[in-house]
Amino acid sequence: MHLLQLQHLKKYFATQKAVDDISFDIEQGSIFGLLGPNGAGKTTLLRMITGIFYPDSGEIIFNGKKFNALEDVSGIGYMPEERGLYKKMKIGEQAVYLARLKGLSKTDAEKKVKEWFIKFDMQSWWNKKVEDLSKGMSQKLQFVTTVLHEPKLIILDEPFSGLDPVNANLIKEEIFTLAKNGSTIIFSTHRMEQVEEICDHIVLVNKGKKILDGTVSDVKQQFKENHFVVGSAENIPDISEPALFDIFKKEEKKMQIKINPAVKTNEVLRFFMDKNIEVNQFAEILPSLNDIFIKLVEGTNAARQFQHIQ
Amino acid sequence: MNTNKTALIIGREYFTRVKKKSFLLTTILVPVVMIAFYAIIIAVTIKGSTQKTKIAVIDEAGLLADTSRRLNNDMVFIKNETENSFVKKYQQQGYDAFLYIPIFELSDAKNFKLHTAASASITLMNSIEKKLNKAIENKRLIAQGINKEAYEKINSDVDVENSIDTDKGSKKSVAGIAYVVSFICGMLIYIMMIIYGTQVMRGVMEEKTNRIAEVVISSVKPFQLMLGKILGIGAVGLTQFIIWIVLMIALQGLLPLFFPDAVHQMTTAATGGEGASSKMGVLFQGISSLPLFKIGLSFLFYFIGGYLTYASLFAAVGSMATDDQQDTQQLIFPILMPIILGFVIMTKAINDPQSGLAIFGSLFPLTSPIVMMGRITYDVPLWQMATSILLLIGCFIFFAWLTGKIYRTGILMYGKKPGWKEMLKWVVKG
Repeated sequence: MHLLQLQHLKKYFATQKAVDDISFDIEQGSIFGLLGPNGAGKTTLLRMITGIFYPDSGEIIFNGKKFNALEDVSGIGYMPEERGLYKKMKIGEQAVYLARLKGLSKTDAEKKVKEWFIKFDMQSWWNKKVEDLSKGMSQKLQFVTTVLHEPKLIILDEPFSGLDPVNANLIKEEIFTLAKNGSTIIFSTHRMEQVEEICDHIVLVNKGKKILDGTVSDVKQQFKENHFVVGSAENIPDISEPALFDIFKKEEKKMQIKINPAVKTNEVLRFFMDKNIEVNQFAEILPSLNDIFIKLVEGTNAARQFQHIQ
Repeated sequence: MNTNKTALIIGREYFTRVKKKSFLLTTILVPVVMIAFYAIIIAVTIKGSTQKTKIAVIDEAGLLADTSRRLNNDMVFIKNETENSFVKKYQQQGYDAFLYIPIFELSDAKNFKLHTAASASITLMNSIEKKLNKAIENKRLIAQGINKEAYEKINSDVDVENSIDTDKGSKKSVAGIAYVVSFICGMLIYIMMIIYGTQVMRGVMEEKTNRIAEVVISSVKPFQLMLGKILGIGAVGLTQFIIWIVLMIALQGLLPLFFPDAVHQMTTAATGGEGASSKMGVLFQGISSLPLFKIGLSFLFYFIGGYLTYASLFAAVGSMATDDQQDTQQLIFPILMPIILGFVIMTKAINDPQSGLAIFGSLFPLTSPIVMMGRITYDVPLWQMATSILLLIGCFIFFAWLTGKIYRTGILMYGKKPGWKEMLKWVVKG
């Protein structure tokens, strides 16, 4: 079932088409990666999903119904990229306040905050102020305030920035648990290795348009370039067979090759066996999301700002 | 559910401010300082009237000779000294001042001189001048051959009583009191509008620069956030005000413990006592002659109305704030202008409450909260009052609508400061 469906969303500002006809669906319980370079329109897109902006045209279907910003806020948790908390407010009070703004009753909010503070080992913080916290600590607090009211849809914009590996792992595990329990997570970041690790499905936007949509493995398949690694226990002699493959990286006992599209992998393997080379490794190298990202986006973004709409 | 959330925001804005130590401090300190100030003034007046200044007099003209016995025991006549010789000695001999009266022509009395170590007080100068004038007048009466008793029968000293006649009957007015009360009311509204207005602005700026606005706006409508802040801070203002009034009354009740003399003076004055306390009597009579209930109600209305109108403007400015402080300063200026203008018109309106400028100022909604308070102790025609109230309410609604649109866009805009043209676009498009 689709928890969220975006249909031909558009949002134009005076100086640019921030979101220009974007559509995609998000499966319930999935972890969805929204990727794109700076200024691609991600934040505008997220702000429309959270009801902060109204789209100029297009529709958002949330949980099977047309999205209604006022009614659906309790179903959404949003953690913006730029962290926002009241600096002078006590941490416990602040978490309770934000939960109540999402529609929780006072007693429920207090109970939930206590549970989460215990889970994240934050009980002693209750009476501290945000200005006393380190960046990583306030990040944890922000995460707690985002998921506290058990929203169906959790939107996390760069959730790991500023976190040390231990705390990053803590939050990562929490994201997996939330997804397993049925929450849907939209995860927006520039850090491709995190996306590969966490996300099931990704969409890449650039210049306000969607340029890529699919599961992580599908996307990798789509962009694979027939790169293989061949390894041996012995030194591999200088051999080449342009009809079958090109070598683009050669070490003593290992080399990376690009197999011609028309050629089957077994033919290549047979070639090595015929040459009496003891192969102990033969594997496909899939492109990293990072490579795909750079390939698709590179050089396209410079002229985007201050582009006027005709 | 939505009103609940606005209430939640109001609650947060209110309680975070009221719980602050600085709130407690200013709320309690201000009336204490004011009462202390008041007490010091009373203490000084009492002391001033009990402690006599010892004055040495060299009366070469014999001017005070016949009056001195019954007038003063603090004046001591010095014989066998000249001005020049005694000027060096009077302080050593324990005198606070030294009055020198040279021989003078009765038709051209001059060259009287009072020597003191530090500059003499106005009361001392007045009392000495009064004394000399009286003595000279007496001498002139004799010189002109006029009987003193006959003169005193001719001499006139009348008080004109100002009676204000309204449909409800006539009452006495005391111009000075009405003036002071008007001025204080106008001044208070002026100060409170600026103080609480800037608090709203700072609050909005804080939310914007901390980026909490984005989190909150994903839960409530921007207008709710703005309204919640304005109402919450307004409630803080009212709370502070009520505490002040209560504290002032309480402290005033405690005053007799510290200054029994002063209070005795006040009570005799209030019950129509005579003599030295008659000034206090006038004061009390003056205050009770004012339409206190009407003043109180108007003050409340114009404080709330003026605050709401300007707070929404301040909120809009806050929402347009950038990290650059100077940009904000530029934007505040157009808002402060009408407030200051209102204050200026108010000072004129107190002197001439029926002038065209005063009437205009008390109707025009951007200045009316201040100017109307300046006219309030004088009878303002009903139609003017009604027009002023309606215009102010209308103005608030219009500004709330207008600034709501600017706020909604501004609070989420980062980077460059928007120009006036751009803001106009937000209003028209939004």
